[in-house]
Amino acid sequence: MPGEPSNLMCDTKHLPPEHSDVVIVGGGVVGLSVAFWLKKLEKRQGAIRVLVVERDHTYSKASTGLSVGGIRQQFSLPQNVQLSLFSVDFLRNINEYLAVVDGPPLDLQFNPLGYLLLASEKGAAVLETNVKMQRQEGAKISLMSPEQLQKKFPWINTEGVALASYGLENEGWFDPWSLLQGLRRKVQSMGVLFCEGEVTRFITSSNSMRNSDGEEVNLKRIHEVHVKMDNSLEYQPVECAIVVNAAGAWSGQLAELAGIGKGPPGTLEGTKLPVEPRKRFVYLWHCPQGPGLETPLVTDTSGVYFRREGLSNNYVGGRSPTEEEEPDPADLEVDHDFFQNKVWPHLAQRVPAFEALKVHSAWAGYYDYNTFDQNGVVGPHPLVVNMYFASGFSGHGLQHAPGVGRAVAEVLLGGCFQTIDMTPFLFSRFYLEEKVLEQNII
Amino acid sequence: MEFLRENVLQKQMQKVSLENRSFTIIQDKYGRDIAGACFILQHGGSVKFRDREWIRSDEYRRFSAEVLKFQAVPVEAIDASGCAINYHGLDNLLPLKKLQCLSLQRCPHVDDWCLSRLYLLADSLQELSLAGCPQISERGLACLHHLSNLRRLDISDLPGVEYPGLTQILVEEMLPNCEVVGTDWTQEGPEEQPQDPASPIHAKPAARDLGDPCGVS
Repeated sequence: MPGEPSNLMCDTKHLPPEHSDVVIVGGGVVGLSVAFWLKKLEKRQGAIRVLVVERDHTYSKASTGLSVGGIRQQFSLPQNVQLSLFSVDFLRNINEYLAVVDGPPLDLQFNPLGYLLLASEKGAAVLETNVKMQRQEGAKISLMSPEQLQKKFPWINTEGVALASYGLENEGWFDPWSLLQGLRRKVQSMGVLFCEGEVTRFITSSNSMRNSDGEEVNLKRIHEVHVKMDNSLEYQPVECAIVVNAAGAWSGQLAELAGIGKGPPGTLEGTKLPVEPRKRFVYLWHCPQGPGLETPLVTDTSGVYFRREGLSNNYVGGRSPTEEEEPDPADLEVDHDFFQNKVWPHLAQRVPAFEALKVHSAWAGYYDYNTFDQNGVVGPHPLVVNMYFASGFSGHGLQHAPGVGRAVAEVLLGGCFQTIDMTPFLFSRFYLEEKVLEQNII
Repeated sequence: MEFLRENVLQKQMQKVSLENRSFTIIQDKYGRDIAGACFILQHGGSVKFRDREWIRSDEYRRFSAEVLKFQAVPVEAIDASGCAINYHGLDNLLPLKKLQCLSLQRCPHVDDWCLSRLYLLADSLQELSLAGCPQISERGLACLHHLSNLRRLDISDLPGVEYPGLTQILVEEMLPNCEVVGTDWTQEGPEEQPQDPASPIHAKPAARDLGDPCGVS
């Protein structure tokens, strides 16, 4: 279960190296994926020195391990569908990508049961449009009428459902810890260094240049990263060429540390990274008469979602709160009233068997939530030219990690995105106010 | 030394991949059913076209060219026991829209991902055997709910299924019109020796009564 300490890190007391070409801040699934792809795509073995800085080797608050573990192609943006298709291919071939000599094969415990999205009259047209685009990208999604839905899943109450979309392949859920462990083991074998500590400062230098319009632009470069080790007031400086911000829920804070957003409002310099931690609750309940083995990950018109967990009629699920309901993200305490008042009624409405259930446990985790358009930020900052972003995925970071890691490695090593065009996901969109809105946030 | 071993591992994986490529040239010339049949025969399996006898290849994986004559005849049954078919190799079988019986017994590379593709055979498939497949778990078995025409399912001897008794009950609930055969886990005592996967494949299916169109054990 999430929150349990794990022995993922050994030798954490070692100091970081004095120099590293790339410093990745954040050792979760996204940070490790970037590390993997950097080493996989480097032109010659050993060419790039990579250091991953992670401040909590138990990953007690990291979004990766607290995730419900879903993967779907049912997004409203083509790039998100493509990322997901690539990621599922990566997961299916995990033991080719992440093989290490003498290492046992990984078992991600993938459940290929798909996602089932339910839409009301209001949302039906958009659902249909999205499915059409998803299919064009190669996803295997079927549309179902309420009658078809009722026949396939008799335990659903189809009242208020106008249309449903159902993933037939390549969607489901898996164990995020196995992926994290597998990545960790692999990147270590590829020569990536790890350091347990917190980044407290960036040493930068500025350079004034004139752009094509003749305006003066202040470009910055990060030269050094200061890492504060646990139980020490001292810091260790690491000289670096590039910093990757994969700090998830804390990536906004990290960006501020580099001076991003510190300028007059309305200017590029004054544009912050709009990523903040948003707390989400996940509840585990038992329901003896609940939906059977074939149950997909269901997301209801009300925003409530659930899936099975194991063989014994246990289920996990929850619901994203409205803006007004947003809980205080200062800690990861669980609000049990939220389940009683905001989750359970909708569960029971949609699945009458859920009227009789018993909650066994619950936990909370963070979305690295992009308040601007609920989508990832990928690639370099336009002014702090050597900070690369890989965060803001607003609840779909785990499932996009393999694709995002590859995208960041491509743009970092080669100067541009190669396989999936992530240009719309660059930081500059916040200043230009060009939203890349993902509508299917669960 | 590590490099050599990584190399050997890669070569093994490449060999399986190569053997699972699509028979698109045959498909274009003779159609999907013949292409699928050739694929299975090359892997050492057996094929039954409608109203014809079972065809299998010899120990050198050679088979009669008479297969190419069955152009308008659909493939009804396939016995791919022990064959090295993988996720991509299934591309050759999934277009067989009249396939009624499929045996994937003891196939070493058939895993949960493979099972997640079988929904494409839902219109025709009536019998399926997954007995002895080392890589299948209950998560893959859950995908079989798509197979609404399934009447017989063999899920015995699956080492990857942690709770075979409970799993069988859940699968039976999931497929109410299907007879589910599992390991008789309640009985102690000596069991039949499991077939050595390295030995030549027993291509000839067990004898069946005349009413059964497929004859796959």
